[in-house]
Formats: sequence, structure tokens, C-alpha cells
Amino acid sequence: MKNIFTAAAALSLLALASSANAFCGFYVAKADTDLFNSSSKVALVRDGERTVITMANDYQGDPTEFAMVIPVPTLISKDQVHISDPALLEHLDAYTAPRLVEYFDDNPCDRRLYETMQRVNSPAPNIKSESRGDKALGVTIEEQFSVGEYDILILSATESNGLQIWLDQNGYKVPEGAEKTLGSYIKQDMKFFVAKVNLEEKAKQGGEMLRPIAVAYESPKFMLPIRLGTVNANGDQDLFVYALTRKGKVETTNYRTVKIPSDKELPIFIKDDFGDFYKDMYSTTAEREGGHGVFMEYAWDMNWCDPCAADPLSRDELQELGVFWMDEAINDPSIMPRRPAPSGAQDVFVTRLHVRYDAESFPEDLKFKTTGDKSNFQGRYILRHAYDGEMECEAATEYKQSVNDRKDEEVKTLANLTGWSTGDIRTRIEESGKGGYFEVSEPALDVKWWKKIWPGE
Amino acid sequence: MVLEQGKRFWLAVSVDPRHYQIGVLSSLILLGLFHFGFNLAWWHVAGCVGSTLVTQAFADRLVGRRFDPRSPLISALSLTLLLRTGSLTLSITAAILAVASKYLLRWNGKHIFNPANFGLVVLSLLFTSAWISPGQWGAAPLLTLLLLGLGGMVTGKAKRWDVSLALLGSYAALVFGRAFWLGDPLAIPVHQMQSGALLVFAFFMISDPKTTPDARAGRLIYAAIVAGVGFTIQFGFYNAAGIILALILTAPLVPLIDKVFKAERYAWPALDTVIQGLPKKEPERMKGGEQIRKPSKTARSPVTTCSLTTQKP
Repeated sequence: MKNIFTAAAALSLLALASSANAFCGFYVAKADTDLFNSSSKVALVRDGERTVITMANDYQGDPTEFAMVIPVPTLISKDQVHISDPALLEHLDAYTAPRLVEYFDDNPCDRRLYETMQRVNSPAPNIKSESRGDKALGVTIEEQFSVGEYDILILSATESNGLQIWLDQNGYKVPEGAEKTLGSYIKQDMKFFVAKVNLEEKAKQGGEMLRPIAVAYESPKFMLPIRLGTVNANGDQDLFVYALTRKGKVETTNYRTVKIPSDKELPIFIKDDFGDFYKDMYSTTAEREGGHGVFMEYAWDMNWCDPCAADPLSRDELQELGVFWMDEAINDPSIMPRRPAPSGAQDVFVTRLHVRYDAESFPEDLKFKTTGDKSNFQGRYILRHAYDGEMECEAATEYKQSVNDRKDEEVKTLANLTGWSTGDIRTRIEESGKGGYFEVSEPALDVKWWKKIWPGE
Repeated sequence: MVLEQGKRFWLAVSVDPRHYQIGVLSSLILLGLFHFGFNLAWWHVAGCVGSTLVTQAFADRLVGRRFDPRSPLISALSLTLLLRTGSLTLSITAAILAVASKYLLRWNGKHIFNPANFGLVVLSLLFTSAWISPGQWGAAPLLTLLLLGLGGMVTGKAKRWDVSLALLGSYAALVFGRAFWLGDPLAIPVHQMQSGALLVFAFFMISDPKTTPDARAGRLIYAAIVAGVGFTIQFGFYNAAGIILALILTAPLVPLIDKVFKAERYAWPALDTVIQGLPKKEPERMKGGEQIRKPSKTARSPVTTCSLTTQKP
């Protein structure tokens, strides 16, 4: 079988559910702009106690309104912060995105097979920020610097009330109820990474988007703080974590990591509705886990892919994302092959986790663990096209009946995965005019087995 | 007559806690496989079960003791449940280490480490391709109840429910205390206590009567120590498998605790003596002279009737 890949961008997992802004922290605004967190992307590069985290979001509002506060495990200095290229996370997202694969049946009277795949792009990540410094109330500005379009402060605090007042006085609108959470982080010896957009720099840089911020630090804590993000969120939020490690899969230790349903055969019309399908399938799957959960959508050795939703990231891209062990790996700057490299040149394993959470179901921050599991997994959905040419042979009737049975199964699978009604699905199949049933005059089921032995009689 | 025999058989089966434990652990494995989608390969199960049994059979032959598959089976099921690996060699290594530790690492006639715990920790520390998945159970409240029920039954039978409850109680005191100090909502410690891995550990690993202190007071103190060390590893050193590591770290304290709090040593009940009315056999004797005893239903700790020169692992 041969794989032919068509890059038909349809599913943008991130943007599907919502296109609002979010980080693992919460947004605070100077004016009374409605703040709403709902999806964010984070790349986590981790080996030993070293971590490089790249955070991106698709904030579309006024840059002056943007600010973010993220608890970090250690103090961060200027050279630990880097402004990243949005295209990197886009590429990582595309490479790891759930994929739709097409297969074409060959003529049952002949032998031929095709396969196509289709994948889905994700939207460009942006970020924005804002910040200002002052000293009071037990709050210490440990570091103050600008990187790219961001003005960044690293704060340490001795008590939550002081920090809250400080943030208020400095124009950050801290959501109601955040004080206790801030207090908890202070006692856990966390520092606070506070960023705002520097408008002058932003103007120089141009463009609408805010670029992702990358931070490198060393800490035994392998976690993502999500609690502040749930304080001012309206309902569920979606978080995508792309974990890059040397050893294998990353899983959550305090929540169960569940594999997303995969390798399902679906009706042909899904080709034009893959985005809707995936969104509803995700919701239904999450619903079965109690409405929320940590879902693994992809886990693969970065050297290759099969089928590829996008090429694996190049060595330079990985380096830019913070894969710091590249120098120790084999020196091969060439573009990654789509097949396994004989020597495992990149030594990078990527895990894509999609988390849907709210304060109630995810009371604790996400804690992670790198396992030694290098088995590959991908969210993969299959379309099987029936042969639509002339079929002139005995086998054709049986083939047509088997295709009809298969289509029944596909409808059931789709209904089960998405919660759509089978009636609706059948209507949509008819409306699409694709993947309809064969007309079978004599049901193949009625063909007695002995007919096959002596077909001529 | 048949009914009477059936009753006696049931009594014989139910009196040994290991039968319950084997039943419950097997059910948990099936639940994990079919409900929680654990990534459990058949060869991992076969590797663990096969090699623990073979190792035990081999070691029993060396020591000159009758082979009993029940204890190694429990170790194998615990390993299956808690160890994750992509390599059959490592499954087998873990199983061999687990059983071998019972024969090689002994003190005062008692093995020091919980066999499954030993295999699990040594493997996960030495090899990156073997690991413990504390999050695989999630934090389902229903599962919690189920485990509590089943676990209570198992440990109640083993007379070691005290160590399970003491561990959970001490651990709860620590996580709730931490939450109180941090000002965290109660949902956080409740979520932490609902960890399936913690409950599996409390009911099916630390409760092993062979490796816990003999006296109840000793067991309560020991459970508190394990909880304290586990909590420290989990929240001070950020290792999610803290409680499992704590057991292996604190196991060498058990002989010391036994010195301070003296009590009769636990022995598994013997089936033959329980089934009264069936043709009586001579009490089984081990080469070392240990007699397998009938459990006393009234005694807090089973009665030991002979001096021990070698102990049954």
C-alpha cells in the first residue's frame, strides 16, 4: 500500500473549541475588559531537572489590556527568557495533530489500493503581556527586564494579601478568589513571572500577534500551574501540552492519562467535517470520563511519522524549542526523514496531551512524569472509499454487500464516538452525496455457501 | 455430605487471606485491562507470573521446603499491577528479584523487603524502560469505594487492616495538614487521598503480614513512618511514587521495631488442619523444623507453637 498525503487543513484542535486567550496562569487587565481563558498551548522540553517551557496563546485583544501572571518554581533572569517563533508551535501542533486517513478500495475484480491522508492545521499562537514594578507589602521585584515585545518582572512575595494589593496597585486586575491560590504558591516557594506588552517594542516588531515566550529553568518540579487559570475562567478550558523528552512518553501522575479513541473507520462525509467530528468526539469522550480529563492525542519518536500530518521538526526547530541535548546527539543537521532514522538521530520523543479542565474537576496543578515508554500512539481516523468503477464479476455482489455492511458499522461508530444520532448521520451522508450505499439486488447474505463452491450450477 | 464437604472446603479457602488477595488482585488487573485501558501486554503478565513461580519453586527446592504457589502469585500480580515496562526481560528480572529477595535478604528469620515492592523499586531505579505509573488509576471516587471494600476484606482476613488504616490515617493527616497550612481548598487533599495507587499500596502492599512488624503497636508506628517518608518524597522531592519508595526505604526498620515491640510472628494458616473431618494428615513439617499452624481465630496474633530456625518466606 502506498500513502499519498494531501495537506487539507481542516481541524484546528486548538481553535475548534474556542479561540479565546489563555495561559497556564490567568490574565489580568487594567481596564474592565472581559477576561476569558479557554485554550492555550505549551511546549515542555524536559530532561533530568532541566525544563524549557514555551507558552503560546491566541490573544486577539488590545495589547495594552494584556497581562499575565504565572507561578514559576525558581527565579528567572533575563538570559533564561527567550521570545520564540510562533511558527514553531504551529509546526509542532501540526505534526502531532490527530489525522484523517483515506483508503480507496480496489476493484474487487482487480487488485489496487490507494490511501490518502488528510490532516489538520492549528492556528497561529500569539501572546501579549504587560507589567510594572513597585516595592511594597512584602513583594520583592527580583528581576526586571524586557525581552522582545514583553516587559517582564519576576516577583517573590511573603504573603498573598500583599501580593494581591501590589498587583492591584500596579494595574493588574486580579480575579476574585485568587488570593488563596497565590498564598498557596507563595508558601510552596514559587516565584511569579509577570509579563505585559511593551507597546513601543510591539510597534517596532509589528504584526498583530504576540509571540510565544520561552523560559528555561532547572527544578525537580515537573508541573504546570493551572490553578490560577481556573479562578477567572468561565467553564472549561482546553490546554495542549507538547512534551519533548529523551526517554519516552510523558503522563500525568495526579490525573489519569487516557488515550483518545483512535483507528476508527468513519463515513466519507467526515472528510469535509473533520473539525466538527473531532470536536464532538473529544467532548463525548471527555463526557464519558466525567466531563474532563487528560487525553493523549499523539506520542511518537520525533525522527519520523506514519502517516505524517506534517514533517517532523528539524534539528534547528527543536533547538529553538529548547531541546538542549541536541549537541550530545548525532551531528546530522539534515531535515528529518519520514521514516525511522537508523541511528535515532534526534533522540526526541514527543507526547501531545489535550487537557480539558475546570476548577472543580482539576483542583490540583498538573504534575507530570517521564516514563520509559517509547511505544507510538496517534489519534488516527480512517475513511475507506468503496470502488466506484465498473465491476463485472461474480465477486462484485459480495463486495457490494460487504461495503454496505461496512458503512452501517461506520455510522454506528460515528454515532458512538460523537453522540450524533444515526438518523442525522444518514441524512448527512445522503446530503453529501458521498459514500452512499450500493444497490444490491440480491442480498449477498442469501448466497449459500455451496454456491461459492460450484458457482456455475 | 456433599454440602458438608463444600462448607469445609469453603472454610479452608476463606481462612487463608492469600486466596482473597489473589482473587482481588486478579480482579483489579481485569478491571484495569478492560475498564481503565492499562497498557498491559500479555507477555508482561506471563513473564511476571511465570518467573515468580519458577524462582519460588527453584528456591524452595534449594531450601528444602514444599513449594507453595500462593505467595509468589501475589507478588506477581502486584508487579503486574504496578510495574510498567516495554521489555519482557525486565518483567522477568523484576519477578526474579522480588522472589529472590525473600530468600537472600533476611534478618532474624524474616525477610526484610516486601517482595513485589523490592522488585518494583529496584527495576524502576535501575532501568529507564521500567517505571511506576501512579496516575494510571486516576482518582475515581467509585473506584475508591470499591477498593476500600475489597481491600478491607482482604486485610481484615489477614489481621493487618490496622497497618492499612494507620497508613491511610497518617497520610491523610499529612496531606490535610499541608492543605490547611497552604490555605488550599479541601478538594486538593481529598483528590490526593483518592489516588488509586495510594489505596492499592495501602491495602495490597504494605499490609503483607510477613514484612510488617509483629506487634500491633509496632505496626502502627511503622505505618506512620512509611506515611511520613512517603509524604516527604512526594511533596519535598516531587516524586509521585513516594509512598512506594518509602516502603523499601523503611523496611530495614522492621527488625528494630520487632525488637522493641515483641509479639508472636505471623504464619499463613494451613489448609489441612482447617478441614476437620477430612482424613487427618501428619502436621506438615519443614526441614528447618517449622510447623505450619492452624490460625487461632481468637488470638490477636496467631499462636506460634514452636521455635523457629528457618522461616517460611
